[in-house]
Amino acid sequence: MIFGVDVASMLLGGVAAGMVLFIVSVGLSVTMGLMGFVNLAHGGFAMLGGYAIVLAMKHGGLGFAPALAFGFLAVAAVSALLERVLYARLYGADELDQVLFTIGLVFVMTASVTLLVGPENQPLVLPSILQGQIDLGITRYRTYSVVLIATGIAIAAGLWVAFERTRMGAQIRAAVDNRRMAESLGINIRRLFTITFAFGSGLAALGGGLGAEFLGLDPQYALKYLVYFLIVVAVGGLGRVTGVFCAALLIGVLDFALKKYVPQGGTLFIYALTILLLLWRPQGLFGGKAI
Amino acid sequence: MMKQVIAVAAVVVLTSASAPAQEVKVGVNLPYTGIGAEFAQLVDHGMELYLKLNADKVKPYKITLIRRDVKDPSGANAKIAVQELLTQDNVDVLAGWIYSPNAIASAPIVTAGKKLAVIMNAGTAHITNLSPYYVRTSFSMWHAGYAMGEAAARLLNGRTAVVGYTDFPPGKDSLAAFKRSFEAHGGKVVDEIPMGGAGAVPDFTPFFQRAKEKKPDVFFVFVPAGDHAGAVVKTYAALGMREAGIKLIGPGDITQDTKLQAMGPAAVGLITMHHYHADLDIPENKRFVAAWKKEYGATSTPDFMAVGGYDGMAAIVHVVQTLKGKIEADKALEALKGWTFNSPRGPIMIDPVTRDIVMNEYLSEAVMKDGRVFQKVIGKIDGVKDACKEQKIGPCAPK
Repeated sequence: MIFGVDVASMLLGGVAAGMVLFIVSVGLSVTMGLMGFVNLAHGGFAMLGGYAIVLAMKHGGLGFAPALAFGFLAVAAVSALLERVLYARLYGADELDQVLFTIGLVFVMTASVTLLVGPENQPLVLPSILQGQIDLGITRYRTYSVVLIATGIAIAAGLWVAFERTRMGAQIRAAVDNRRMAESLGINIRRLFTITFAFGSGLAALGGGLGAEFLGLDPQYALKYLVYFLIVVAVGGLGRVTGVFCAALLIGVLDFALKKYVPQGGTLFIYALTILLLLWRPQGLFGGKAI
Repeated sequence: MMKQVIAVAAVVVLTSASAPAQEVKVGVNLPYTGIGAEFAQLVDHGMELYLKLNADKVKPYKITLIRRDVKDPSGANAKIAVQELLTQDNVDVLAGWIYSPNAIASAPIVTAGKKLAVIMNAGTAHITNLSPYYVRTSFSMWHAGYAMGEAAARLLNGRTAVVGYTDFPPGKDSLAAFKRSFEAHGGKVVDEIPMGGAGAVPDFTPFFQRAKEKKPDVFFVFVPAGDHAGAVVKTYAALGMREAGIKLIGPGDITQDTKLQAMGPAAVGLITMHHYHADLDIPENKRFVAAWKKEYGATSTPDFMAVGGYDGMAAIVHVVQTLKGKIEADKALEALKGWTFNSPRGPIMIDPVTRDIVMNEYLSEAVMKDGRVFQKVIGKIDGVKDACKEQKIGPCAPK
């Protein structure tokens, strides 16, 4: 029984961490799959979202949920603007150019928040109802983790429906699989790009706010966690919501379990596992086509 | 010929003109930008405040601070900064060092440069053995860690302990210090958990979950000062470890004055061993805190880093006065050996043998008082030396 509780708390902790990874990374997977654009600034949008949410709660007096909505909308709007003005110029460019541009954008974001908000960590104060412990029958666990898991599942289900059952979703899937054919069928790819990009960035912003309790929030955020987001996308495959979902949970639980049972290994194992996995399946565990 | 005469005359005039107010140049290395910027500001403000409050003690000399930004704890940038201070700025005294890796990396340069070097924060115990010119006015990890080991076993009745530590030199030092003393006094450390590096605040959940399942009486946590502590207190509360009967203890880094109020009621019950916090009821400290708030704002507070800078500058001024403004390293070291000072943290002395600080350690508990988190002193040990060098453990043994 003790062992059961032990494993249950590990799974809950890992799945909660995985949900944060999923919410942030899914937009990256879709935009990379759809546009073939290597957007390393994606973590930066998560960071900006986190700051927008924390500052809206601290100075704007908003509650947690309205602040999340505000963060989503603000970052979606900013990213749509950036997509039109800057990203669109590099759609046909080399991957190296795209990488240089987006990494440069990350540095601009990092410097901007340092200048405007300061270099220190910004604590996110959860509403008291989300603090503390909840009784789950077999074990007591922190309420926020449980809420986060439920939120993650709801977002994943919503995305799945939007992706598989709506006209817009069908257009995105068509464009991921064969862009030229989709275009010749009359799908407005430019519009689709902007909407998808803004929505993906908005989700990242949501992840930045929801995950701040675990990942913290400081100007280094965008670079610090970028590797994790890229691992999730690489393992999950490009443009695949279900793939990214499974990959995020897998990485979240594995990372949590390794840190808990073999803390001496640090983050070494997760990187080693990723290398082995990509040697075995370069297209990712759940990906359809090669990257 | 005429030109040379004029040049010589000019040199004579210039040197005699600069003679009266003799200038002592102090080369300061601190991380003025980057994640350590707030620490640099605390130490810098501490130094400035001493000079401001003691202008009469500095006369007739003039102390000029030459600041260099070392940016990060990598060691490499600090080494370059120290080298430049010595060779380009020709400083008379070196000072600063927030991070242990920087002090460790700078040691060979300090030794080669033959200048008095005052460490104002970096706490890894063996650092003062790395160069004969290092004098430390801050602390060693063993001051708090070793004292806490005994207090946890005797005063807090801890039989078992789990140690969680940030995996870099001061963290390992803190673990070793606590473990040695806790086990010498009948306790048992049942688990040691490295919790990631110092560069970034990790998610502490997996590490704390592991600690909780070991069901120890006390959970000793060392994390670097700054943003880590907030996440530690938050995770401790969120996982219900207090309700599970596990006491969270550590050196004062987990209740740093500058971070404590932001933690709010979640910090209540934390028990720390440290040489300084702003709530210490000592007349010298009352004056210090009042002067600090007057100078830097009512919401600003000094902390142990600020005191490291303040006392370090007091040591430098003592050297300047004793040597009458002509700073030679060997004479400066002689002047500081056995030097005593009435610091905001209580009486301090520089150990004549190890060049490390001797000071009181205070056992404190965080309580709510007048709507703010207050650190209540519940125990005190006088004249604590660095136990690592005292007992010649590992790298602390003299070479």
